[in-house]
Amino acid sequence: MEEVIAPTAAVPSSARDDRGPVVIEVRGLDKSFRVPDRRIDSLKERATHPLTRVAYREHHALRGVSFDVRRGEFFAIVGRNGSGKSSLLKVLASIYRADAGTVRTAGRMAPFIELGVGFNPEMTARENAVLNGVLMGLTLREARRGLDAVLDFAELQDFVDLKLKNYSSGMLVRFAFAVMVQADADIMLIDEVLAVGDAAFAQKCMDVFRERRLAGKTIVLVTHDMTTVQTMCDRAMLIHDGELRFIGEPEDAALHYYRVNFAGRDSGPAPADGEKVVDVNARVVHAQLRDAAGGATEALAEGQPIVLDVVLEAARALERPAFIFHVRNADGQAVFEFTRTLGERVGAGRRVRLPGTVENRLVPGSYALDLYVREDREGGGMTVQGLRLLTFSVQGPPRPYGVVSVDAAVEPELERDA
Amino acid sequence: MSDAAAPLRDVPGPSALGGSRRRALELLYLIAVTEFKRHYFGTALGYLWSIARPLMLFGVLLGVFTQVFRLGSEVPHYEVLLLFNIVLFGFFQEATGAAVTSLVAQEGVVRKTQFPRLVVPLSVVLTSLFNLGLNLVVVVVFLLAFGVDPVWTWLLFPFVLAVLIAFTTAVSMIVSALYPRFRDMAIIWSVLATVLFYASPVLYPIDKVPETLRDVFMLNPLAPLLELARKWVIDPTAPGPAAAAGGWPQLLPAIAIFAATCVLAVWLFRREAPRVAEEL
Repeated sequence: MEEVIAPTAAVPSSARDDRGPVVIEVRGLDKSFRVPDRRIDSLKERATHPLTRVAYREHHALRGVSFDVRRGEFFAIVGRNGSGKSSLLKVLASIYRADAGTVRTAGRMAPFIELGVGFNPEMTARENAVLNGVLMGLTLREARRGLDAVLDFAELQDFVDLKLKNYSSGMLVRFAFAVMVQADADIMLIDEVLAVGDAAFAQKCMDVFRERRLAGKTIVLVTHDMTTVQTMCDRAMLIHDGELRFIGEPEDAALHYYRVNFAGRDSGPAPADGEKVVDVNARVVHAQLRDAAGGATEALAEGQPIVLDVVLEAARALERPAFIFHVRNADGQAVFEFTRTLGERVGAGRRVRLPGTVENRLVPGSYALDLYVREDREGGGMTVQGLRLLTFSVQGPPRPYGVVSVDAAVEPELERDA
Repeated sequence: MSDAAAPLRDVPGPSALGGSRRRALELLYLIAVTEFKRHYFGTALGYLWSIARPLMLFGVLLGVFTQVFRLGSEVPHYEVLLLFNIVLFGFFQEATGAAVTSLVAQEGVVRKTQFPRLVVPLSVVLTSLFNLGLNLVVVVVFLLAFGVDPVWTWLLFPFVLAVLIAFTTAVSMIVSALYPRFRDMAIIWSVLATVLFYASPVLYPIDKVPETLRDVFMLNPLAPLLELARKWVIDPTAPGPAAAAGGWPQLLPAIAIFAATCVLAVWLFRREAPRVAEEL
């Protein structure tokens, strides 16, 4: 069988521990909605059509879904719109009742659904923050005490007594996310938070996810963004037509996602001008680091140059593709990045080699090398694909501070009295 | 990470009443207080409106029934009785009226979070109960001002109040559970509540109703309740519900209707609660 994706060694993170206890256990979950073909909502309709029986269409949102999530995992649920992933999240959050199957969870759960928490637009931010704190399992006292932290995080101190209906949508999402974070639940169920808000907010969310995961909290994220899945998540699950199609490594889940999305369909949604589209641009044929003798290695000495040996295969024709390398540390933070552009067209199936040597100033620790393959489209817009190429470590005595080591021509001198 | 692994527990899905009792009570209190504050937020008179509204209605009705219809002169302490009845019935009307749309009004909370669904109609009843408390203070002032003598039976009033709250809660549960699927409920209930206002002994005491009609009037659980309140609080010489109905057995239909309403409320709400988030 052809190797289509990079060697996926375990992500070097303390949170990635398959021995962790199961905190979400789902077995044979079934959920249907009765969708009336013609909704009879009122007496008049009932009176004018007394003999029509309301015809219901059965919409089978989830069929026999089973999976486990372990403590400390950053778990992604991916799938197209209407695939059932949001229904699944609502069953997990105990908002919908399953028709069959069981869900068991351990610990306190904070849901973040449809871009929000349980807000009432007629109430002020203060009242909503306290109410939702209690809804997420805090005591009234804890919820009141946490109010300042919520407002600080959301940067909304000046609007605490404003009714929520007067908030902008960006403010609402920020506020909702802050409320959920403050609830400090053991399991966070999050539906598409990163799709909205500005870059600074998305970065803030990511920082929270990282920090919470290190603290042993579990995060379940529903998303369309394969770049997030591949760079952040430990495991991912693909839901399609209410069925579990794939569960496993994020890279493989992303590939399956692209297949169900683009394969067989008329090339998927056409990208609008200026829009960023996630697409399958390339596949990794081969990705390794080399040591001085030319052999493959996953461990570098401190200061030992990073020698790349990467080969990609274009999944489709690419016009002047750009290759953006990110080196991330164990916290998921990008330590440095660099971009190289190939100044010509690459036909579908052609291979691109990315050899070279990169200066190594990394402090000892675990790292991942990610690659974004980007193609700028004529007249604006672009497609981008995130790939995790490999993971490696830098050996040496641990450093308490800093993410890079630098040469510093600094010598202390005792200043002499004149 | 150091804490011991929490045990896996079943996620049964939403229900009418389930999960932590403490949390349900805190939510109930929070929603009720917020709604109460919100109601008067930004108004010049603030909480005074809570008292002013029934007093204004009282003023108009008092004028009509003492100056136009002359009913007042035949009933002892008619003024206070009228105010008392308006306040008690007002509680029922306000709570049930707000309860109809309550699940839809709290849509954001119901669709995005898990909590015992019963909290929503109960919070509406609690909000109205705050109003009732304020209004009862005014009633006491009027009682003393109009020279009604305090009697020991005032101590029995909490029984009337408890039954009134139970009936109001039951009706609130029924109308709130029906509304998400059956939107006509809001209009039907506003009409029914008005009918009940005139069909209950609010404006008149039950002994002014012709004997032939009295059996029908007494089917309404609110009728014996208001009569009981009248006898115990305002006029010890009033016939009271049993005598007015023509004996205790005549009260049984009203008691049966009351009990049936409570049973229906519990059954209906429990049936609808698990799926109410899907119907909004």
